[in-house]
Amino acid sequence: MKLLQELKYVESHEWVRVEENKAYVGITDYAQDQLGDIVYVEVPEVGTVVEAGDQFIVLESVKAASDVYAPVSGIVVEVNEELEDNPALINESAFDAWIVAIDMSMSNEIDSLLSAEEYEELCE
Amino acid sequence: MQLIFEKSKNGRKAYSLPECDVPDVLLNSIDSKYLRTESPDLPEVSELDAVRHFTQISQRNHGVDSGFYPLGSCTMKYNPKVNELAARFDGFTKIHPYQQEKTVQGALKLMYDLGSMLSEIMAMERFTLQPAAGAHGELTGLMIMKAYHQNRDDQKRTKIIVPDSAHGTNPASATVAGFDVVEVKSNDKGLVDIEELKAAVGEDTAGFMLTNPNTLGLFDENILEISKIVHDAGGLMYYDGANANAILGISRPGDMGFDVVHLNLHKTFSTPHGGGGPGSGPVGVKKHLTEFLPVPVISKKEEEYYMDYERPNSIGKVKSFYGNFGVLVRAYAYILSMGPDGLKEVAENAVLNANYIANKLKDKYFLPIDTECMHECVFSADWQKEKNEVSALDIAKRLLDFGFHPPTIYFPLIVHEALMIEPTESESKETLDEFISVMRQIADEAENTPEMVKTAPHTTVISRLDETTAARKPILRYLPFY
Amino acid sequence: MSRYIGNTTDDREQMLNEIGYKDIDSLFKAVPDSIRLKEELKIPEALSEMELIKNIKSLSDKNLNTDEYVCFMGAGAYDHYIPSAIDQLIMRQEFYTAYTPYQPEISQGTLQAIFEYQTMISELTGLPVSNASMYDGATALTEACIMSCEATRRNEVLISSAVHPESRQTLNTYAKFRNITVKEISYKNGQLNLDELNSKINKDTAAVIMQNPNFFGIIEDVEAIAEITHKNKSLLILSADPISLSILKSPGEMGADIAVGEGQPLGNALNFGGPYLGFMAVTDKLMRKMPGRIVGQTTDKEGRRGFVLTLQTREQHIRREKATSNICSNQALNALQATMYLTFMGKEGLEKAARLCLNKSHYAYNELIKTNKFKPLFTAPFFKEFAVISEKPISELNEKLLKSNITGGYNIENDYPELKKAYLIAVTEKRTKEEIDALVRKAGE
Repeated sequence: MKLLQELKYVESHEWVRVEENKAYVGITDYAQDQLGDIVYVEVPEVGTVVEAGDQFIVLESVKAASDVYAPVSGIVVEVNEELEDNPALINESAFDAWIVAIDMSMSNEIDSLLSAEEYEELCE
Repeated sequence: MQLIFEKSKNGRKAYSLPECDVPDVLLNSIDSKYLRTESPDLPEVSELDAVRHFTQISQRNHGVDSGFYPLGSCTMKYNPKVNELAARFDGFTKIHPYQQEKTVQGALKLMYDLGSMLSEIMAMERFTLQPAAGAHGELTGLMIMKAYHQNRDDQKRTKIIVPDSAHGTNPASATVAGFDVVEVKSNDKGLVDIEELKAAVGEDTAGFMLTNPNTLGLFDENILEISKIVHDAGGLMYYDGANANAILGISRPGDMGFDVVHLNLHKTFSTPHGGGGPGSGPVGVKKHLTEFLPVPVISKKEEEYYMDYERPNSIGKVKSFYGNFGVLVRAYAYILSMGPDGLKEVAENAVLNANYIANKLKDKYFLPIDTECMHECVFSADWQKEKNEVSALDIAKRLLDFGFHPPTIYFPLIVHEALMIEPTESESKETLDEFISVMRQIADEAENTPEMVKTAPHTTVISRLDETTAARKPILRYLPFY
Repeated sequence: MSRYIGNTTDDREQMLNEIGYKDIDSLFKAVPDSIRLKEELKIPEALSEMELIKNIKSLSDKNLNTDEYVCFMGAGAYDHYIPSAIDQLIMRQEFYTAYTPYQPEISQGTLQAIFEYQTMISELTGLPVSNASMYDGATALTEACIMSCEATRRNEVLISSAVHPESRQTLNTYAKFRNITVKEISYKNGQLNLDELNSKINKDTAAVIMQNPNFFGIIEDVEAIAEITHKNKSLLILSADPISLSILKSPGEMGADIAVGEGQPLGNALNFGGPYLGFMAVTDKLMRKMPGRIVGQTTDKEGRRGFVLTLQTREQHIRREKATSNICSNQALNALQATMYLTFMGKEGLEKAARLCLNKSHYAYNELIKTNKFKPLFTAPFFKEFAVISEKPISELNEKLLKSNITGGYNIENDYPELKKAYLIAVTEKRTKEEIDALVRKAGE
């Protein structure tokens, strides 16, 4: 299974990359493989306040719509605009294709996320 | 195949209108800010061009008259020709919905009688014919249920329970009607799990929606107990009539304990599906719910039929006018053609045909629930998938090469790689045998020459389409520069 | 065995035998005995085809049809001309006995027709994205309102009281269950009252809903309304008469975000109110929020053009309780009829039909006013339908017209009690000068 050691993971198949107080969120390679060709990414507006566990992104494939949950609480400060024109980036390189960045309001939430090993165990 | 726009040429025409016999209104008498400067770019073709165009594109379609169409849950039975004749009588097509009642007594009588016959067939008190389709009927029925609870000042009933085998429209309709949806799992026999249902019902239960027979084609033998559980909790029972074909003259939802039903006239009562509509989704209710039916209801005073709008507790209107009247005429003609014996034969033969297919294919395809089915049987392509990576979709596509419309696939969601086959009573043993032999051949191909199946269809006017690009970069209208 | 059943009695025996059942009843053993129907259904015994035709024809003959009674009734359903080729083409079984095009390889006929329909609706409305049609004008308007609430995350809509009463009633039914607040904006000289719109619009307003020409037949100042609406970041929903769109400025050009309307005038018979079709077109921005089926263009493996149902993740069979709408069916055959109509009429024919409607309605209006038995109700411009005040009560007037084989207009007072003896008359391209003169003569007596 393709994983990056430096990232944090969530049971619901999101990954998180922390840069200072910002958490970049994407979905794992395993998740993109399960979903198939992603055709559209519905993202929240910049400025949206989210709480960990909120459904805040929808990924659409041809015949399915999957919810993505916020791994941490905070404010959405960036969205990856490239995905609007090219949602296939998630299929091509799930760990590069971040979807949104959250300015964390409780940065200690990161500690309760899974490590690469823990996530891998979960997927097996 | 060209689009009609690509056949267009300036100056060609297919219309014929008389010369204007009254004075011209100068367009400049209307403020130019209201007027269009450029005409809409509609095609300019000759009458023959247009006739050929629509004839040629029609030939790229498969209909029930073209061949077998065992699309599960859709009841693709034969659409009798005489019904088309009946629906086209001038006294039906050329009447305005706002004509005086006394000038449309024939139409009102037809609607009144159709409602009465549907009430008898389903054991309901009264029907509204207003809803335009099955999902519209569901929504109407759910609104009636909500109005019932509200009228009793029972405001806490906010939840609708649906089984996980339900049609997608059930939860969607419940949401549109302003309910929260609770899903209950099916048991290993494919039926409602009684314990789960008991745990799910409560003071907040507005009602339970059930298709019976369900989407696995199984009649829920515990239906009386289910009705009792829901009623004891104060909820109402909703019957999704999508599969009513199996029970005509055999058993009636009203007798099973249902309070509200909708029917799909385009399924059970033979009206044509029209490539996706128009349908018609009449809703029947028991006596305690009649006051909430949409207005107007068609009533009769002495020998006069009239539209009754004086119903203070009605949910209101759910569409313009009175329903898809043209569809109602066809359903009326069908019921009169069949009579009580004929309708029962419909259910019997639909059920026999489905069981025949189930039994003749179950050694080649996995039948998850091997018991007597009703009007349809649900197989899984799991064996083919596991062994040779041949999916339900591949099997469906391969069927196209033999001139059959495939079954419904990937539904119900609770069966992997589902293949849902509904033969209907219209089909003869010979047609079924032919289909069975083709399905068996495909199973063999999946085993021996899987590529043949995976790359199907091989004989259609186009092959599999790139649906991913269609959804990623939608092209939804003709633009000359594409 | 009944004539629509495929098996013979012998087939049945043989089939039961082969699969190991002794009789049909044993297939129904899951149905508890207590709910097995023990008697025959109490419906009439089966009729032969001859008897059936006679029976139904006798019902049809009881209705007074528009060939025999000249129709000046409109109010949302119109007696327009339908080119004769349409009635024959629509009978092709490949169209009407097919279902939803789930298998594109054998449904290109339906799919291409819908794609052409979408293109034509886009042309008429001036909005880029059309769906495959909805149940009717009233439900299309209602779905547009729900979409607007979802898209703006606001929960209140303002609707002009000059929108068709049945559309307003339908909207009110849905809104009540969906907890959407609906407020009406009154009319002033038959047009939407801009001052009232200005005072009622607020941060909760998801959409402003209007009709053009409105229920009174009057042409509205859509651009002024669009400006007020957009300043408030609300959406403008415009319900339009499709025939009028060949000469009136398109909804898109005037700033509507969503155009809807009753598509019946496009080649669909009156049919006592249905089946009709509702059309809906939206801006690119709203594309993925729009309810209903949508067809898109794509290619197959060999690069050939083909059409598929697309953007399906919006729909109930995927989203279930999270779907944008519970809509499943469209009115495919009616939409096909509309497509054929727009093809046969073409660019020039549709405009000509619209001009005939405009001329003839104005002639009828002027002649009626000249009789001194009618007064103008409003003075704003109109298209094919107009409202006047009658000297006589409307029911009396219509009764009298009926005796001369004329179906008179609509009694506006039914829906607008404040408009006493107001009478709504529709004049389509089908009405001849002679027929109009007969109406004027009788009504003016």
